Amino acid sequence: MSLTKHALMATTTLGLMAGAASAETLRWARAGDSLTLDPHAQNEGPTHTLAHQIYEPLLLRDTAGDLEGALATDWAVSPDDPNVWIFTLREGVTFHGGETFDAEDVIFSIERAQTPDSDMKELLNSIVEVRAGEGNTVEFVTDGPNPILPSNLTNLFMMDKGWAEANGAVKVQDVEGGETTFAASNTNGTGAYKLESREADVRTVLVQNENYWGMDQFPMDVTRIEITPIQNPATRVAALLSGEIDFSQDMPVQDLERVQGQEGLKIITAPQNRTIFFGLNVGDEDLANDDVEGANPFADVNVRKAMNMALNRDAIQQVVMRGQSEPTGIIIPPFVNGWTEAMDTPPEGDLEQARQLMVDAGYGDGFSIQLDCPNDRYINDEGICQAAVGMLSQIGVTVNLDAKPKAQHFPLISNGETDFYMLGWGVPTFDSEYVFNFLVHTRGDELGSWNNTRYSNPELDTKIEGLSSMTDLDARNAQIAEIWDTVQAETIYLPIHNQVLNWGLAEGIQTDVQPEDQPKIKYFAMN
Amino acid sequence: MLAFILRRIFQSIIVLLVVGLVAFSMFTFVGDPIDNMLGQERTQADIERLRQQLGLDQPFVVQYWNFLQNAAQGNFGISYRQGRPVAEILMERAPATLELAAVSAFFAMTLGIGLGVFTAIRRDGIESNLIMGVSLIGVSLPTFLIGILLIYVFSVELDWLPSFGRGEVVDLGGWTTGFLTTSGLKALILPAITLGLYQMTLIMRLVRSEMLEVLRQDYIRFARARGLRERAVNFRHALKNTLVPVITVTGLQLGAIIAFAIITETVFQWPGVGLLFINAIQFVDIPVMAAYLMLISVMFVGINLIVDLLYFAIDPRLRVGKGKGH
Repeated sequence: MSLTKHALMATTTLGLMAGAASAETLRWARAGDSLTLDPHAQNEGPTHTLAHQIYEPLLLRDTAGDLEGALATDWAVSPDDPNVWIFTLREGVTFHGGETFDAEDVIFSIERAQTPDSDMKELLNSIVEVRAGEGNTVEFVTDGPNPILPSNLTNLFMMDKGWAEANGAVKVQDVEGGETTFAASNTNGTGAYKLESREADVRTVLVQNENYWGMDQFPMDVTRIEITPIQNPATRVAALLSGEIDFSQDMPVQDLERVQGQEGLKIITAPQNRTIFFGLNVGDEDLANDDVEGANPFADVNVRKAMNMALNRDAIQQVVMRGQSEPTGIIIPPFVNGWTEAMDTPPEGDLEQARQLMVDAGYGDGFSIQLDCPNDRYINDEGICQAAVGMLSQIGVTVNLDAKPKAQHFPLISNGETDFYMLGWGVPTFDSEYVFNFLVHTRGDELGSWNNTRYSNPELDTKIEGLSSMTDLDARNAQIAEIWDTVQAETIYLPIHNQVLNWGLAEGIQTDVQPEDQPKIKYFAMN
Repeated sequence: MLAFILRRIFQSIIVLLVVGLVAFSMFTFVGDPIDNMLGQERTQADIERLRQQLGLDQPFVVQYWNFLQNAAQGNFGISYRQGRPVAEILMERAPATLELAAVSAFFAMTLGIGLGVFTAIRRDGIESNLIMGVSLIGVSLPTFLIGILLIYVFSVELDWLPSFGRGEVVDLGGWTTGFLTTSGLKALILPAITLGLYQMTLIMRLVRSEMLEVLRQDYIRFARARGLRERAVNFRHALKNTLVPVITVTGLQLGAIIAFAIITETVFQWPGVGLLFINAIQFVDIPVMAAYLMLISVMFVGINLIVDLLYFAIDPRLRVGKGKGH
């Protein structure tokens, strides 16, 4: 009795303490840590997430996924030249060190991000020149009209030129070459939070920037942020349940109910910018990993369609994902330009029809094939593959599942060593062109680098390449729709679902889930 | 004695070289770091360039030779994942693991020997049987499950102890310690129990059976007959003679505690070298994996050497044997 009472009192006291502390401090856990503080060295989610608190891009994606002005207040194509974008810079912005933010810093930052050691350079390859314009503007000159340039700038952070020069941080940290530079462990941004201390993989502490330009525009209720990576999902959930953290990303789906049921905690949810799908080797004469001699069963569109029909996406959603997914018929999430409700609907048809298609294709007796699947990359990735094995066996396709860690899985796709594989894809530009460039265009030196389907359609390639310079948005959208029609008809990918993001939070925190899983703490309101 | 040590050191170097060779031959099976290091937008050319730059296009023997050459000069390379020197990262992480291992070993030794003696002296008591029964949990439950159970009980339900991390640490010129703060000490309890429980049970059972063996010997009976106090008989005469096998096992287990801290560190997000190693495997951070494996093998070899030397100190018969030139 006395023990219980004691425990109860301890809980209450701790709870009160946590409540009082969280009025200003946000204790935040996620699975992985930022890899470097250099804002241009890595193009990776968790690294950008930390950078977003300290540095700012010209434009960013708000919680709805729409573009919002950060360091730019206005952006438009120049009325005189379709190859020029004009960005009006925000007035009165200073860096943490007190330096004024101006056009010179924009030019410096973009040029820095274009250097060979930057991982951000591919997003900027249409930019020929960045120059100061009239008044407080900057002009981006592209190699042709580029209607979606602003979408490529949402993770492109602005640094101070003077600070970088004074500290020898002009060069981007060459992470691959094993360099460590001043900017990899020191920061000077314009963002809402300043770096106080950081131990990589252990703890990062940020404090509010009291001179932030948006002090009155955003809630800015959090004055101090403590970020801790907690890798083990069970420990992460335990830390949230015990009140040691206030905010957790990467919530495991099996524990959502438990957290939801706990007083003082809540789960908020939104569709993520990431679609999970299977890719099929449709191009090769013969497959290495099947039992059909001298032919490629995936080369027949009827087989692909039959497999697409056989996948019971609702069952995967209910059983494997515990409801935490949105079944889809297309490999882009709904907020991407080019998405339509009709394409999103998974294919009609039943097993009878699917079996008939297999007979039509000459594979009435089925065949066997190896499915390569990661087991530590996407939410319940291996479980999805296991479910697919059962579903495909119903139409005679015997699937041998080979699930591996991501470090072994992705090289198979990069090196073209798999014929049937799982892949997940996010669209940072929120536009279909990005997906076409990487997943549909014939694999080459520049484009199609993630297209392991060996699908090659020169006519489609021409259409895809044409998109980048179409200024008439209606015509461009029509062309995107055309391309999707072909892709959907060809069924080179078997879409499964869009992932759903779950954030676990203390009850008093008000915010919305950002579809790129990029929380920006300045939006967090506490009560 | 000197010849013995020199011989052992020579053997140790060969063991280290072989461990390194085996490690390097296995790294290709862990995966390919390239995709982890480059962003989603990388081109085929980027991949080729990086592979060449890192020397990953070379056969593993060449990679190993390059590693050895650099390591001999004290350069363990740069972490692919963090972009910082491996030696620096290891130095930063080592205190966390060593402190945890020290506390676990202390816990395992004191409690293990204490309970072992207790259960041997009162071999038929209810307490002894209870302890022996409960100790089965220690040997049979996997570490991660014990860790999660402890977190569930003491962090989530009772709210007494933290579920993750090291708490506040104090930096003593390059060595961070959790011994000097309350939160640091509290943070040590659960991971130390998780890590040391298996060793504790092992030591306890070993001490118990050795004690039972020794207590049956004639000289114990004579000691009792001489009217010596029970305490003196048990601890000065009996326990001392059980210690040789206990030291062997404890020594080897100390290595195991440090090496297998990997699981405990992952469960408790303990920022030590084990967690670093897990991260390195997931990322295929070859320089970190190589340095860690070499470090662990150096440690095991070193511990073995020390254990051998301890025999000389504890058991006079070995010294006499050597002296006669066998």
